[in-house]
Amino acid sequence: MNTSVLDNLVLTLVTFIPAAGGVLLLLFPRRDRDIRIFSLIISLLTFGLSLHLIARVHRMLPGFQYEIDKAWISSPNIHYHMGVDGISLWLVLLTTFLTPLCVLISWTSIHERVKEFFILLLVLETALIGVFTSLDLFLFYFFWESTLIPMALLIGMYGHGRKVYAAVKFFLYTMVASVFMLASMLWLYAKVGSFDFVTIQNAIKAGQVAGFDAAAQWLFLGFFLAFAVKVPLFPFHTWLPDAHVEAPTAGSVLLAGVLLKMGTYGLLRFNLGLFPEQSRYNAAWIAALALIGIVYGALVAMVQPNMKKVIAYSSVSHLGFVVLGIFSFTQAGLNGAMFVMLAHGVSTGALFMLAGIIYERKHTYELAEMGGLAAPMPKYATFFCFIMLASVGLPLLNGFVGEFLVLSGAFLTNSWYGVIGATGVIWSACYLLWMYQRVFFGKVTHAENNSLPDLSPREQLALWPTAVAALVMGVAPLLWLNVIDPAVRSALAVAQVATKVVGQ
Amino acid sequence: MNQTIPAAADYIRILPEIVLSIFGLVIMAVDPFIDQDKDQKSLGALGLAGTVAALISTWVMAQSPGLAFWNMVRVDGFSVFFHVLVIAIAIVLILTSYEYMAVQKLHAGEYYGLILFGLVGMCLMSSAVELVLIFIALEISSISTYILAGFRRRSATSSESSLKYFLLGSFATAFFLYGVALMFGATGSTNIDEISTVQNSGQVPVLAYVAMALMFVGLGFKVAAAPFHVWTPDVYEGAPAPVVGFMSTAPKAAAFAVLLRILFEANAPGRFWFIWISAALSMTLGNVAALVQDNVKRLLAYSSIAHAGYMLVAFAAIPELGTSAVMFYAASYAAMNVGAFAVVSHFANSGERYVTVKDYAGLGRRSPVLAGALALFLISLIGIPVTGGFFAKFYVFSAALQSNLVGLTIIGVINSAIGAYYYLKLIVMMYMREATEDVPVLPIPASLAAALAITLAATIYLGIAPGPVLGYAQRSAKQMLQRESPNEQAQHSASQGDAN
Repeated sequence: MNTSVLDNLVLTLVTFIPAAGGVLLLLFPRRDRDIRIFSLIISLLTFGLSLHLIARVHRMLPGFQYEIDKAWISSPNIHYHMGVDGISLWLVLLTTFLTPLCVLISWTSIHERVKEFFILLLVLETALIGVFTSLDLFLFYFFWESTLIPMALLIGMYGHGRKVYAAVKFFLYTMVASVFMLASMLWLYAKVGSFDFVTIQNAIKAGQVAGFDAAAQWLFLGFFLAFAVKVPLFPFHTWLPDAHVEAPTAGSVLLAGVLLKMGTYGLLRFNLGLFPEQSRYNAAWIAALALIGIVYGALVAMVQPNMKKVIAYSSVSHLGFVVLGIFSFTQAGLNGAMFVMLAHGVSTGALFMLAGIIYERKHTYELAEMGGLAAPMPKYATFFCFIMLASVGLPLLNGFVGEFLVLSGAFLTNSWYGVIGATGVIWSACYLLWMYQRVFFGKVTHAENNSLPDLSPREQLALWPTAVAALVMGVAPLLWLNVIDPAVRSALAVAQVATKVVGQ
Repeated sequence: MNQTIPAAADYIRILPEIVLSIFGLVIMAVDPFIDQDKDQKSLGALGLAGTVAALISTWVMAQSPGLAFWNMVRVDGFSVFFHVLVIAIAIVLILTSYEYMAVQKLHAGEYYGLILFGLVGMCLMSSAVELVLIFIALEISSISTYILAGFRRRSATSSESSLKYFLLGSFATAFFLYGVALMFGATGSTNIDEISTVQNSGQVPVLAYVAMALMFVGLGFKVAAAPFHVWTPDVYEGAPAPVVGFMSTAPKAAAFAVLLRILFEANAPGRFWFIWISAALSMTLGNVAALVQDNVKRLLAYSSIAHAGYMLVAFAAIPELGTSAVMFYAASYAAMNVGAFAVVSHFANSGERYVTVKDYAGLGRRSPVLAGALALFLISLIGIPVTGGFFAKFYVFSAALQSNLVGLTIIGVINSAIGAYYYLKLIVMMYMREATEDVPVLPIPASLAAALAITLAATIYLGIAPGPVLGYAQRSAKQMLQRESPNEQAQHSASQGDAN
C-alpha cells in the first residue's frame, strides 16, 4: 500500500481547509467581491484535493482507507480517527462538489452580511465532510452537531418569509433527536471503553459487551431517531418543507444535497453496522415508513403551489427510496440506496439552484406567478428540463440507476415493497412534469415575465457541472458502483452473519 | 489535638488568603484618600494586582501540600484547583467591572475590597476540612456577596435583591450551622477526617443523617439547587450584572467544593436520594421556568439553577467519577457564564436599562463582537461540541451512566434539550431579528475585551482540549478520596459505591 504523505493527510486537509478558509475570512475587510472570490478558491481547492481521494482509492478493498488515528483526549478515550470507504468517499465528494456551486449561485443573491454568509458556508462544509469521514463516534457526534449552527444561521439570517420559525424548528428537531443518539453512544462507551467505531463493532460482534442484548433495541432506536429525523423519514419530516422553503438557495442545496444524506449515511453505517440484528428485526416497520414516505411525499408534492415545496417534498419521496434500499438487505438494494443518495444530491441540488435563479428574478416561488417561461428564458428551460428528467428517473440519467437498483432489491425482499415503491417513480413523473408544464409551457401568463433575463454565464457555470454529472452518472454508473460495491458488500456481510445467528 | 504554635509552613498553606486580605485592607485604607470621580480605576487596578498576586501565591501554596493549623486546613490538588478557579473568576469580574462602575456611576471603593474579602472566604472554603472553619469561610464569602448584590444602591431592585439574599441566606447558613452542631453530637468531632472515620466504621448514628440533611439544605441554598432555589431569580435580577456573573459561579464553585468534601470525603450517609431528587428538580424547574423569561438576567438565573442540577447529577454518581466531573463542570460553567454576564453587563448600559430579550434584537449587526461572544457562550451553555459546556455535560452524564444512573441521565438529557430552546431564543434575537428601537451599544473598552478574551479562550480551550484540566481534576479527586480516612486508608475501599 502506498503511504505517500498526502495519502495520510488528505482527509484532514479536505475536512479542515474550508473551516480554515472561514477563519481567514474573519480577517478580511468587508469587500464583498474579494470575499466571494476567496470562498470560491477555497471551495475549489477542497474539491481538487478531494479528487485525490478518488484518484488513489483501492477499488476492490472493502475496509477504510486513508485512515488516520491519533489520540485526542485520553479520558474519555477519544481518538482523532478518520477514514473513508466506498460509502463515505462519494458523500465527501458530493459535498466538495456542491460547495463551489453554492458559492457561485450565491454570488449576487447574497448582498448583505456577505462575509458572515461565506464563513458559515465554509464552516458548514467542514462539518459535513467531518460527519462522513470520522470513525470515532465522538468525533462523529461532534461534527454532526457542528452542522446545526451554521445551517440554522444560514436559514435564519439569509432566508425569507418565516425564516426564524424555520431555523428554530430545524435546530430543535435535530438537536432533540441527536441527544438520544448521544445517550446511546455514551452507553456504548461505558461498556466498551472506546468510542472507536471499529473497536465497538468488533466488540459487539464478538459478544464482549455486557448487557448488550437487553439494551440493543434501545440503542438501535436512539441512533435511529437521530437519523430518521435527519433523513427525514415519515413522520419526522415536518421540519423539512419549512426549512427548505425559507432557506437561501445555497442553504437548500446543501440541505437537500448533503445534510439529508447524513441521516441515511448514519443508518447505513451505524444502525446497520453496529446493530445488524436489530436492523433485521425492525426492518419491516422501517420499510413501511419508507414506503409511506415515498407515496406520501409524492402526493403532497403534487398539490404544492410553491416550486420549492414541490422539490422539498420530492426529497421526502426520494429519501424514502434510500431507506427502503438500506432496509431491503440486498446487495442491489444497498448499492441502489447509495446511488440514489448521490444522484439525488446532484439533481435536487441543481433543482434548488434553478429555483433560486427564478427567485432572484421574481422574488417568489409561487407557481401561479410563472407560466410560459420557456419563451423568455430558453436556456433556463432547457437546463430545468434536463435536470427534471434526471430527477424523474429517465433511463440514461442518474435518477434511473439508483431507483432501479433499489426496486430490484426491494422486490427480492418482499414483492409488495417493490410494487408500492415503484408507484413512487410514476408519482415523481407526475408532479415534476406537471410543475414543468405549469412553469414553462403555454403562453406567458404574466406580462412582466416577458422581460425576464435568461441565465447569466455565472449561473450556467454553476449548472453545467450538475448536468454533466447527471448524464455521466446515468451512462456510466459503474464508475461509482464499483467503488461502492465492496463497501456495501462488507456492510451487508455484517448483517447477514447476524441473521444466521438469529436463525439458529 | 496538637496544640503547638503554627509553623511557617502553615502560613504558606493559607498564603493566597493572606495576600487577598492584605490587598483588601489596602483598598479600604486607600479609598478615602482618592478622588472618587477620577481615580476609581486605580482601585480596580489594585484589586487586579491583588488577585494576580493571589494567583501567584496559590502557586507557592501548591508547592507545599499538607495540613495546616491543627488539621483545619488542607492544601491538596483539590483545593488548589478551586483556588485558581475562584481567583480567575474574580480577575474577569474586576476586568468587567472596570468600565461598568463608571458607566453606572457607582462608587467603586469598597466594591473591589469586598470582592477580595469574598474571595478569602471562597478560597478558604475549598481548603477547610473542619466544619466550623467551613462555616466561618462560608459566612465571609456570603456577607461580601450580600453587600455586592445591593451595590446599585440607588436602584430599588438591587436593594431588594440584597435584602432578600441576606435574609434567606442567613436562614440557610443557620441550617448549615445546626447541621454542624448535630454532626458534632453524632460523631464527636467537626473534623471531616474524623467524621469519615466514624461513618466508615459501619455504625452510623441516626443523628448523622439529620445533620447531613441540614447541611445539605444550607449548601443547597448556596448553589441554588431546587427546592432551595426560589431566591435566585429575584436576587440575580436586581444585583449588578457583573456581580451576578460572579455570584453564579465563584461562591457556587466554592459551595460545591464544600459539598464534595462533606458528601464524598466525609462519606455522608443516606445522601443518595435527596441528591437524586434535588438534581432532577433543579434541572427541570430551572429549564422549564427559563423558557418563559423575558429578562436576560432572570433567564440566566434560571439557567444557573438548571446547571446546578446537572452538577448535582454527578454527586449521585460514584465518588471518583463524580468529583472530577463536578470540578470540570464548575470550571467550564464559570468560563461561559462569567463571559455571558460580561456581555450582558456591558450591553445593559447605564442604569442597566437594556436587559430584556427584546433589546438584543439585531445585536449581531450592530456589534458583531459582542453578539459573537455571547452566541459562543450560549452555545456552550446549550452544550454543543467545541465548547467547554459540551464536555462538562458529557463528563457528568457519562459518570452518571457508569454509575448506572440511567433514570437521572435521561432526565438530564431531556432537560438539556429543553434548555437549548431558551438559549437559542437569544441567539435568534441577536442574529435573525431586526432591532425595533435604537438601543445604543457602547464601544468595547480594553478591559472588557480582555475579560471576553479570557473567557472565550477558556470556553474553547475546554472544548477542544479538555484533557489537561480533566486529568488534573481526576488526579486530585483520587488524592482527596483516598485520604478519606487517614488512619485506616487500607481498610477503606471503593465499597461504598452507590445506593443504586
